[in-house]
Amino acid sequence: MKIDIKTREYTTVSEVSGPLMIVEGVEGVAYNEIVEIETPAGDSRRGQVLEVKGDLAVVQVFEGTSDLNTSTTKVRFTGQTAKLGVAPDMLGRVFNGTGIPIDGGPEIIPDKELDISGNPMNPSAREFPAEFIETGISTIDGMNTLVRGQKLPIFTGSGLPHNELAAQIARQAKVVGEETEFAVVFAAMGITHEEANYFMRDFERTGALERVTVFMNLADDPAIERIITPKMALTTAEYFAFELNMHVLVILTDLTNYCEALREISAARDEVPGRRGYPGYMYTDLATMYERAGRITGKEGSITQMPILVMPQDDITHPIPDLTGYITEGQIVLSRDLNRKGIYPPVDVLPSLSRLMSGGIGEGQTREDHSGVSDQLYSAYAEGRDLRDLMAVVGEEALTERDRKFLNFAEAFEKKFITQSGDEDRSIQETLDLGWELLSLLPEAELKRVRAEHIPKYHPAYK
Amino acid sequence: MSVPSLDKEKKWTFNPILTAGSEVKGGDVIGEVQETSAILQKIMIPPSVEGKLISVASKGEYTVEEEIAEVETSKGIIKVPMMQKWPVRVGRPYKQKLDPDIPLVTGQRAQDTFFPVAKGGTSAMPGPFGSGKTVTQQQLAKWADADIIVYVGCGERGNEMTEVLKEFPKLEDPKTGKPLMDRTVLIANTSNMPVAAREACVYTGITIAEYFRDMGYDVALMADSTSRWAEAMREISGRLEEMPGEEGYPAYLASRLAQFYERAGRITTIGTEDKTSSVTVVGAVSPPGGDLSEPVTQNTLRISKVFWALDSSLADKRHFPSIDWLQSYSLYVDSVEDWWKNNTGSDWRDTRDKAMALLQKESELQEIVQLVGPDALPDRERITLETTRMIREDFLQQNAYHEVDTYCAPKKQYEMLKTIISYHENAEAALDRGAASADIITIPVKDDIGRMKYLPESEFDVKVKEIQADIIKQCSEV
Repeated sequence: MKIDIKTREYTTVSEVSGPLMIVEGVEGVAYNEIVEIETPAGDSRRGQVLEVKGDLAVVQVFEGTSDLNTSTTKVRFTGQTAKLGVAPDMLGRVFNGTGIPIDGGPEIIPDKELDISGNPMNPSAREFPAEFIETGISTIDGMNTLVRGQKLPIFTGSGLPHNELAAQIARQAKVVGEETEFAVVFAAMGITHEEANYFMRDFERTGALERVTVFMNLADDPAIERIITPKMALTTAEYFAFELNMHVLVILTDLTNYCEALREISAARDEVPGRRGYPGYMYTDLATMYERAGRITGKEGSITQMPILVMPQDDITHPIPDLTGYITEGQIVLSRDLNRKGIYPPVDVLPSLSRLMSGGIGEGQTREDHSGVSDQLYSAYAEGRDLRDLMAVVGEEALTERDRKFLNFAEAFEKKFITQSGDEDRSIQETLDLGWELLSLLPEAELKRVRAEHIPKYHPAYK
Repeated sequence: MSVPSLDKEKKWTFNPILTAGSEVKGGDVIGEVQETSAILQKIMIPPSVEGKLISVASKGEYTVEEEIAEVETSKGIIKVPMMQKWPVRVGRPYKQKLDPDIPLVTGQRAQDTFFPVAKGGTSAMPGPFGSGKTVTQQQLAKWADADIIVYVGCGERGNEMTEVLKEFPKLEDPKTGKPLMDRTVLIANTSNMPVAAREACVYTGITIAEYFRDMGYDVALMADSTSRWAEAMREISGRLEEMPGEEGYPAYLASRLAQFYERAGRITTIGTEDKTSSVTVVGAVSPPGGDLSEPVTQNTLRISKVFWALDSSLADKRHFPSIDWLQSYSLYVDSVEDWWKNNTGSDWRDTRDKAMALLQKESELQEIVQLVGPDALPDRERITLETTRMIREDFLQQNAYHEVDTYCAPKKQYEMLKTIISYHENAEAALDRGAASADIITIPVKDDIGRMKYLPESEFDVKVKEIQADIIKQCSEV
């Protein structure tokens, strides 16, 4: 981040509280302006104006407020909103949470300076996302299809293999029939060194590192810095996608840490809290971030977002996953039960959803029978799971012949369809054929969701 | 940067209706403009103006700001352009509110048959994320038999707005055959746009709806979602440092919601000539965590007359629309009964009530099945479960993405439900004659019942008679 220093310097800090600092007697200060702070020890820190009231400015300090005092701290208002210098050679580089290179490489010579808050995309300038991305994972491709320009988060719990899944998707994602690979922008917010190393190693191992840009804010970095890390990453992604015509996959992990930082600032400002102490504007704040995915008419590139979100106590109704689910176009939910059974990837398809699926599947994209097969698998598996609960109470003997078939189906579905290995890249044809193979366990009259004319064409009994 | 919300350069062809010299008051139509193939804009005297019409422009091309009439009022001469200005937070006047007794036919079986909304009525649709609120709203926007649709995307996803913008021009209005877009007004306020605009967009929508209502049109307004609007209110109220009420929402939340929903209604318009028209409001609500006890849902339910409860466990099973038939209700069933009887069959109400009673019975039986297993049920109860499975899967479930199933005409809805009830009655009769439930459950006509919804209307009438005959025949043979 490059900042032009103007000469408006103040030493009138009246209060320091939590991550915030109040400066008195200021003039001409603007909302969201970037602030340079010189600590009493002579170090330099950065902050951002959160609120201006008369001659008071509330400043949020990214690197934390420890050591700042009210008498000798110097504050300079730069007159600029936060900007990020971007350049094509950011690919393959590693930055810290505020955009400074930390991989030992040279400084980036910016091609352009972009405001990190971005601009809302006009819905009529958007192109509706409808190009199928093959991730090679059956539960995603077959039943919760990802398309280019979508935002599809992974809802997970602590201890589940979400990092493995995200890395596998980053590795395998491709558009069928196109050579170009996705550029990956990876933003880490408050994750541990180990987790960060896992991703870095995976990118190196698969040779993907040269098409990855990493922004790293780790667990021991200042929490407040996390507020701008995803904005940096998305600004870079927008530059790659809409100026350099690349297809970009953005992985943000872990959104829960981001929201905690948001809560910390809100609490320090004595705001009226919404649910569970999170600020009332969290929906808006998350939306301005998630809505930066998409495609623009007339531009070649696209931004596909895959945020990872660890649900506190696996609770999907917690405000963070709840608000996210209302903004994103679906969600992939990982299940602790499946993980306990040793199933990888433990994607629980029932609460998972891709809202943009219908546009990306069918004839010309995947296969004509795709939506029927997917619906049928959903309803059959849901019925099988219900029956499993019932069987636990009444015993298997009390079930009808039909019910037993559904039970077997659910079992086979978990073992064959959901389960695949960490480097297994299934094509969509394989996924759909596998779906038919499983559906053939059920009586044909039960297959009401698939079109009648597809049964003789794809059902294994007719082959 | 400022962009005018109406194109002030574009010229429209104005057709005068009234002539100079007549007495006019607010709401009178002085002329017409064909705005799109589906909308005939009626140029009205503004509500507060009353007096003698001195001059009317002749047929020709005018911009929205050019004066097209002069009215001599007690306060002097007022020049009337085609464009009207109205403060969005104030409801436009009407003469009288009427009882809503004509259903808004949406072509969606669960809504039309079981939980109908009347023209001029209000409906709330709460549901957690992923329960299909937006698809259900869009289905209503596509197929509801209103003249004008106002779709307010309030704080929702950008890509969904794009979908509507791209898809509606391609879809055909089943009534007129014109593109659906021509009768649709879209207010796109996505979640990443400023909060103040989000707070205002719902009012903008209802004012546009009232404006078309005043021309004599039936208007349906879909607001997706009113929770985002309430949250915008909360955010602004927080910034103003007002004392918060429940969950941080301002204390005036309930009254604002009530004011908004009360702007719906079937009315007689102002003006010399009485025109009957309506504004129907369907508000989606996004309760945090799907918890219906939160303030926005609860305050909405106190006002709206129809409640479509969307349920995530139904959505997980891909039962769409995921309207929970046990929780939902409509207070318009009695008032729209006559319409249905006149337009479908005299036993519409009986058929509907029988189906409802069966569904109610099913939920009781399910509890027993959970304890003792399905095998332990008596034959009669098994038949009931079989019938309700048909009602759920073959009637209530409707595939929005299937070219035929996406819209189901009232007559077809009635015949479909009647067929299923007829199966139930014939099956019970067969039981009484001593047939075994296992044999009745496996009669082949059941497959035809399951595929009934995919029959195009042209073939439906003939086929359904065959199915009904088959039911009687096959049940008597077991």
